[in-house]
Amino acid sequence: MKPAPFEYDDPQTVAEALDLLARYGDECKLLAGGQSLVPLMNFRLARPGRLIDINRIDSLSGIKRDDGMLVIGAMTRHSAVEHSTEVAGGWPLLTEAVGWVGHGQIRNRGTVGGSVAHADPAAELPAAFAALDATFRVQAKRASRLIGWEQFFVSEFTTALAPDELVVAVEVPRPQPGVGAAFVEYARRHGDFALGGAAVTIKLDAGGHCEAVSIALLSAGPAPVRATSAESMLRGAIVDQASIRAAAVEATRGLRPTADLHGSTEYRLRLLQTMTQRALIKAAERAKATP
Amino acid sequence: MTRKISIEINGRLAEGEVEPRLLLADFIRDVAGLTGTHLGCEHGVCGACTVQLDGRPVRSCLMFAVQAHGHRVATVEGMAPDGDTLSTLQQAFHESHALQCGFCTPGILMSMEAFLREEPDPSPASIRAALAGNLCRCTGYQNIVTAVRLAADRMQSS
Amino acid sequence: MRGTTATIGHVDLNGIGSSPLRKEDWPLLRGEGTFVADFKRPGMVHAFVVRSPFAHARFTRIDSGEVQSAPGVIDVITAADLPDRGRPIPTRMFKDEGANRYLQRPLADGVARYSGEPVAVVIADSRYRAEDAAERLHIDYEPLEVVLDPDEAVAAGAPLLQPETGTNVAGRLELNLGDIEEAFSQADLVVEDEFRIQRHAAVPLETRGLLAEYDQTTETVTVWGAAKIPHVNKKILLHMLGWSDERRVRLVELHVGGGFGARGEFYPEDYLIPLAAIRTGRPVAWAEDREENLRATNHSREQVHRAALALKKDGTFLGLKDSFINNTGAYVRTHGMTVPGLSISMLPGPYRWPAYHGEYRSVVTNKTPAGTYRSPGRFEVNFVRERLVDMAARRLGLDPLEIRRRNLLSKTSFPFDTGTLFDEHPVVYDSGDYELLLEKAMASFDYEGLKRWRHEAPAGGLLRGLGTAYFVEKAGPAEREYARVELNSSGDVLVFTGTASVGQGVETVLAQVCASHLGLPYERVKVVHGDTAIIPEGMGAFGSRASMLGGAAVMQASRELRRRLLDAAAEELEAGPEDLILTSGGVSVAGAPSRAVSLEKLLSAHDGVLKVEDRFVCELLGFPYGVHFAAVEVDPETGSVHVHRYAVAYDIGRVINPTLVQGQIVGGLAQGIGGALLEEFAYDAGGQPLAASFMDYLLPTAEEVPYVEMLITEDAASPLNPLGVKGAGEAGTAGVGAAIANAVSDALGQDIRQLPLNPQRVMELARA
Ligand SMILES: Cc1cc2nc3c(=O)[nH]c(=O)nc-3n(C[C@H](O)[C@H](O)[C@H](O)COP(=O)(O)OP(=O)(O)OC[C@H]3O[C@@H](n4cnc5c(N)ncnc54)[C@H](O)[C@@H]3O)c2cc1C
Ligand code: FES
Ligand code: FES
Repeated sequence: MKPAPFEYDDPQTVAEALDLLARYGDECKLLAGGQSLVPLMNFRLARPGRLIDINRIDSLSGIKRDDGMLVIGAMTRHSAVEHSTEVAGGWPLLTEAVGWVGHGQIRNRGTVGGSVAHADPAAELPAAFAALDATFRVQAKRASRLIGWEQFFVSEFTTALAPDELVVAVEVPRPQPGVGAAFVEYARRHGDFALGGAAVTIKLDAGGHCEAVSIALLSAGPAPVRATSAESMLRGAIVDQASIRAAAVEATRGLRPTADLHGSTEYRLRLLQTMTQRALIKAAERAKATP
Repeated sequence: MTRKISIEINGRLAEGEVEPRLLLADFIRDVAGLTGTHLGCEHGVCGACTVQLDGRPVRSCLMFAVQAHGHRVATVEGMAPDGDTLSTLQQAFHESHALQCGFCTPGILMSMEAFLREEPDPSPASIRAALAGNLCRCTGYQNIVTAVRLAADRMQSS
Repeated sequence: MRGTTATIGHVDLNGIGSSPLRKEDWPLLRGEGTFVADFKRPGMVHAFVVRSPFAHARFTRIDSGEVQSAPGVIDVITAADLPDRGRPIPTRMFKDEGANRYLQRPLADGVARYSGEPVAVVIADSRYRAEDAAERLHIDYEPLEVVLDPDEAVAAGAPLLQPETGTNVAGRLELNLGDIEEAFSQADLVVEDEFRIQRHAAVPLETRGLLAEYDQTTETVTVWGAAKIPHVNKKILLHMLGWSDERRVRLVELHVGGGFGARGEFYPEDYLIPLAAIRTGRPVAWAEDREENLRATNHSREQVHRAALALKKDGTFLGLKDSFINNTGAYVRTHGMTVPGLSISMLPGPYRWPAYHGEYRSVVTNKTPAGTYRSPGRFEVNFVRERLVDMAARRLGLDPLEIRRRNLLSKTSFPFDTGTLFDEHPVVYDSGDYELLLEKAMASFDYEGLKRWRHEAPAGGLLRGLGTAYFVEKAGPAEREYARVELNSSGDVLVFTGTASVGQGVETVLAQVCASHLGLPYERVKVVHGDTAIIPEGMGAFGSRASMLGGAAVMQASRELRRRLLDAAAEELEAGPEDLILTSGGVSVAGAPSRAVSLEKLLSAHDGVLKVEDRFVCELLGFPYGVHFAAVEVDPETGSVHVHRYAVAYDIGRVINPTLVQGQIVGGLAQGIGGALLEEFAYDAGGQPLAASFMDYLLPTAEEVPYVEMLITEDAASPLNPLGVKGAGEAGTAGVGAAIANAVSDALGQDIRQLPLNPQRVMELARA
């Protein structure tokens, strides 16, 4: 379990990194926190000919607010998100979600950009970003673009990124005031990838009707899933046990989560229903508690 | 292509000319000769290789040595104040029978030392949550929880 | 009983029963331990074992040309390079002629029979380059049909692993005690079912590793990294090399990162690495990586049982029947026949049985070969038996502990000959008071309170359940052990033992025994183990034997040393030996400190060192016994099982070091939790292992292992050894599958028949 040989660059600036990406394209891979890539390399399941290590590019990390929006640099470590008061204050869904990522030691290295670029369908952050309608800032030497989460996540471990593109930041719009959010998942052990989970935001009116809702699921298919038909069912309805239950059933309709040794498709579907239901209940309670 | 690197390990510079693929863990063990950092899985799960990079616990099996160039690394060998004494945490492990084979111990000490800095007065439940990033196959963890709590008590009273 | 006997009572047991700080800890805490991968020799090179990617495949040609020319490569070894093409590795216990047709050779020769089977060894100047070079090895594999499931293995027309034998059944045994037909014909109730235990394994945190060096001038090979049974493996290695001169092989144990049965058995690499050192003339290091470890090191536990329990309306047991298939994997390894053998002999457990019928077939399949894992055979059969008992209790409306109590062997039954055999030795329960332990456990763990908790309505739709398991353990196999105790004139004591350390604290325990019986301070005693060059013989550390047999030998040697010393001093001081006081400085007369003689003087006749050897021999095994209590909360919506409380009561005769015993129990329990809930070596239809990393093979973390309450009692000392101890290493594991399964069955009102209780299985049962 030792990695195959590779060439190595550790640029200091985004421009240098983009140059290298433009030059080597398919032959190279970006190295962020390494918490997904290096295990694969140690197993020799990944054997990039060249690594472009972006850990020395300071400008890629940091959390700031930009016009009410949260902007998280791609190289921001999971632990920085976890401990950010800025994030906890305005985007508590992210704080809750990131706490489920692996263990503290993993979160000290793993990055937000790496999590989204790796696009593991069981990963927490992509689902949370889906629930929050996030957009990814992407740069290449030739051009820059913004990609909405829906276009970004294509399939298992596959994104819309071209080989010469770098995720530089994630933009997360500010949730409306009064929104309650919850992230719920179930894994076989503490720190494992989830067998199923749900990220939910919900806003209630004074009469207990749902004003706005978003439901995103992880481990539900090849990419994060927004349960749009369940969301429209709930919108305008009184949020109670019955409507939540119905929405949870609706949320998993037509899904085919991938079976593996830890759970069949059928098991995962049931679990997703439960997770959705629990996330909705928790989020609604929190919405009620928010002034 | 090799690179010349130097890493400050436990306050001393360790230098070497290494292939980029050399894992930090292997650098620490084979180049710097500090074999207290163990390899139990080489894919980030077991925690035996945990060291502190600039004060924070990380997996040294998931970093390349070249990435640590210019950084500070702490390993288990740097914990005890001298050859005749153990650190408060190490002593608490000794007194609480928190190790059997001891293979997991260096990684656990590295994780728990940093944990107590962040959370000096932890509950057993939060110790267990923090401990979950390190596997131990011998102890069943119970005495490790006791040891961490004992160390917390002693650190707070001193 | 043959061999040495002694009585307890007149000896001073002071010091035994206390928990001094461990002797082992200091270097381990400081990062100064020497595990085998930490050990280096000048000029050493690195081996990488190339393994079959197929579960079953034929190959005719291995082309290693490109490997030879790869950078850094020193040697490549394939079956064709081995003398005799590699001798089969013999079994070491439960020997069975038929099973010898299925032994493993060091390298696959023309056919690979499991994914992970060694086919070649590449030696290079670094591990990295050895792995690079191995990728250039070309082998023309032609996949064959696989057989994986134990039932399939015995089905007509199954693919055969060794076609010339005509069967996949490597061994079988049938055992009849009492009239089973009669027993079942008289029954008011028969409960019967099929029970499955999944394949899982010891998985110590340190993987295996070796470093071998050949000295051309003396023609000797030294192997570091031995574990568990260095002396036994030395003999096997000599046999494998075809050497007869015992002095040509030396095995040395370094720090060992856990054993649990698997580590330290003789594997293909235990021959291949020394051979590589001999061929290359260089020290050769090999460190198994985790991917290899999960495919190459012994698996265990996979069995399917069809069992039945016959009983009277009042709960009296009449008879027990069991027919099981044991899946031993692709080859019969050193302990291949041990697990089914132990299973059949330990199934009866702590109860009175008018009749017992057991039979097994142990089959080969295209999976990793199997061996022992902590509480081998018992984890499995305790699950089967204790589930049947709970099923019967439920049908009869009896409290699960009451039905057990009614059937426990009474304390007047001991020694109790079960009629079964352990590796040709009769299984005779040496001592016990089973009912007393049950009473104490019920009181100590507040069984009534647990039952109240069980019937409270929990929040959030959780379901509560209570489960127990009563079992008999066995301890102290391999009927002899060696010890030598040496005292020098500065008062330092060296204890040489034939046992081994796998991390369990054997140095501490043996030092305690020595200190107590020699009468010198624990601090001055140093224990030496695991080097075949300085310890003439030994049986090692397995089956909870180190403190039992090793301890007895150390005790006898220490007492004899003390006797000789005091006799000499008595003569010198003209006093009775009983009036003398021994200290690290010398011997003096009680009440008259000026009448003293120094150790230096006393030992001058012995060149300054007095040495006493002892070989403790005991044909019979010790049988500790225990009961587990589990209280669980099941979430039917996720299938999760949360262990709310867990308690273990255990009687081990005499406790040498309570802290270490408790450590053994909690550690064993954590492994049992893994076996009950998490760990499983699953395979795909083609025989590819699906749990080939720690992402999928799930060891319990601190969050999954509950806090464990313990009650250790000393109500039934073993009459078999002068210390009265019974080994304590396996009790924590033995009953967990059974107790958790019973608790989950209780919570769901559904019978658990299969382990592990993974969330999918639990949810399915909850919905049934
Ligand atoms: C034991 C363990 C447990 C874990 N558990 C979880 C878990 O429960 N949930 C979870 O979500 N994750 C988990 N992870 C994975 C962890 O969160 C990773 O950190 C994360 O998935 C990838 O981030 P990284 O920074 O480490 O990326 P890397 O491993 O460095 O890179 C991953 C991929 O993304 C690409 N990439 C990285 N950054 C960029 C960028 N800025 N632009 C374009 N491409 C980029 C890389 O080229 C590579 O292909 C676990 C990891 C381990 C070792
Ligand atoms: S060796 Fe690094 S986590 Fe296991
Ligand atoms: S003490 Fe052996 S693995 Fe932890």
